Amino acid sequence: MKLTLKIWRQKNAQDKGAIVDYPIDGIEPDMSFLEMLDVLNEQLINKGDEPVAFDHDCREGICGMCSLFINGEAHGPDRGVTTCQLHMRMFKDGDTIFIEPFRAKAFPVIKDLVVDRSSFDRIQHAGGFISVNTSGNTIDANTIPINKDDADKSFDAAACIGCGACVATCKNSSAMLFVSAKVSQYALLPQGKVEAADRVLNMVHQMDLEGFGNCTNTGACEVECPKGISLENIARMNREYLVASLKG
Amino acid sequence: MAKSALLKSSLAKKYWMALTGLFLCLFLAGHLAGNLQLIFSDALHFNQYALFMTTNPAVKLLSYLTYISILFHAIDGIMLTFQNRAARPIAYAKNNAAANSPWASRNMAVLGTIILVFIVTHMVNFWAKMHFDENFPLQTISIENQGQKQDFYLTTDAGYIPVNQVETGGLEIKNRTEFYDTAAKVKVKEGYKDLHKITVAFFQDAKTGLIATLLYVLAMAVLAFHLWHGFASAFQTMGVNNPTYSPIIKGFGKGFALIVPLLFAIIPIYIHFFLKA
Repeated sequence: MKLTLKIWRQKNAQDKGAIVDYPIDGIEPDMSFLEMLDVLNEQLINKGDEPVAFDHDCREGICGMCSLFINGEAHGPDRGVTTCQLHMRMFKDGDTIFIEPFRAKAFPVIKDLVVDRSSFDRIQHAGGFISVNTSGNTIDANTIPINKDDADKSFDAAACIGCGACVATCKNSSAMLFVSAKVSQYALLPQGKVEAADRVLNMVHQMDLEGFGNCTNTGACEVECPKGISLENIARMNREYLVASLKG
Repeated sequence: MAKSALLKSSLAKKYWMALTGLFLCLFLAGHLAGNLQLIFSDALHFNQYALFMTTNPAVKLLSYLTYISILFHAIDGIMLTFQNRAARPIAYAKNNAAANSPWASRNMAVLGTIILVFIVTHMVNFWAKMHFDENFPLQTISIENQGQKQDFYLTTDAGYIPVNQVETGGLEIKNRTEFYDTAAKVKVKEGYKDLHKITVAFFQDAKTGLIATLLYVLAMAVLAFHLWHGFASAFQTMGVNNPTYSPIIKGFGKGFALIVPLLFAIIPIYIHFFLKA
């Protein structure tokens, strides 16, 4: 496959950055998108140029490290996959492919396509946990009976890998799908109910502090989410927040 | 310590958007029912309805709630839009938003702004005239008697007052609608503001009637897109998302978004093209 890549290059956080064109040849349709970038970087290094910086780790679609806004969509045109699981067969020979970093005020660019997503970590720290005594006499979680539907929904919410595709794709750069998944996975379980009110209030507060936008229910996040996190979670977070606020 | 902010958090702003939006949907349904009398009723009944709507205390309370809702919905919407814009300082070079979200959902602010402009002009054209125009006409009818045509004012006690009684000075009109006996200085009867006549004249005007009709229809199309996303979106914001009820809410919302603006739009079309003056 012969392609034209239009890649965002930015030396560091202070640099203005710009789109740079890279023609590339010899790409196999069975390569993953990141392998294609590996080929490009090898060529750049051999020429003595600076390789394109991009985030990646497991390359199995489960760690949430890879990102990239490809041809106008987070994680590219395929559905239910992260960029590392996107394959070049989704593109045609001769295509022009735009590759940009996830864009949001709360996700500042560090270099090229690498963005700082530690705002998600700070939201997690604000309440994305349950307080359990781990001093050696921890009760087995399975001793508490849990309704199967709730357990399934909680697990679905917990499938969120925190990649930030929801923020990247949202026209408002809203983090509400992420935050609502983290709120829901605990709110649905008896272990999480104890701190449910504080959790939702604190996590939403931190989300607002980080400078994310506000959800307008376009549903784009749910479509682009590699883990299929449902908008039902946002509705649940809205309910939880309303009830917690009214209780005071 | 939990950080509750029911007045200023991102979610609070969304709740207010949803609640005022849903209240305005109720207002639309009520306003439509009233307007449809322009097609299915006569001038007197329409003017009686207009009188009721401008004087009944309960309706007044609702109307103030409506003004506040429109203002709040607009101001809150502007605030949210500015925050949302600020959340992405650098735009994408290529953004294929059509692949993941409906057009209306991405353009609520633009659609809302057009609707706000429409509401203001609509209120200038009808509401302001009805409330403040000193020369607002009172409803009259012509009755032919022995080959002679005579004009009468219709009065709220289902009576008549000959127009020439006012013209000759026997009666005078005070406070825009009240008939006073000039000599005795007492209120005799009260007339109806002829909103029906003003409305028909507005859409049948030889010069501007067609443009007014077309702009009205266009505004209703914009409203339809706004409601298409807004109705169900308000329920999602208030936390109602459930496999049983959501399909019903979404279906009802889309029906509401199509039918209500369509019925509103039919009225000026009917007046301009079909109603005999």
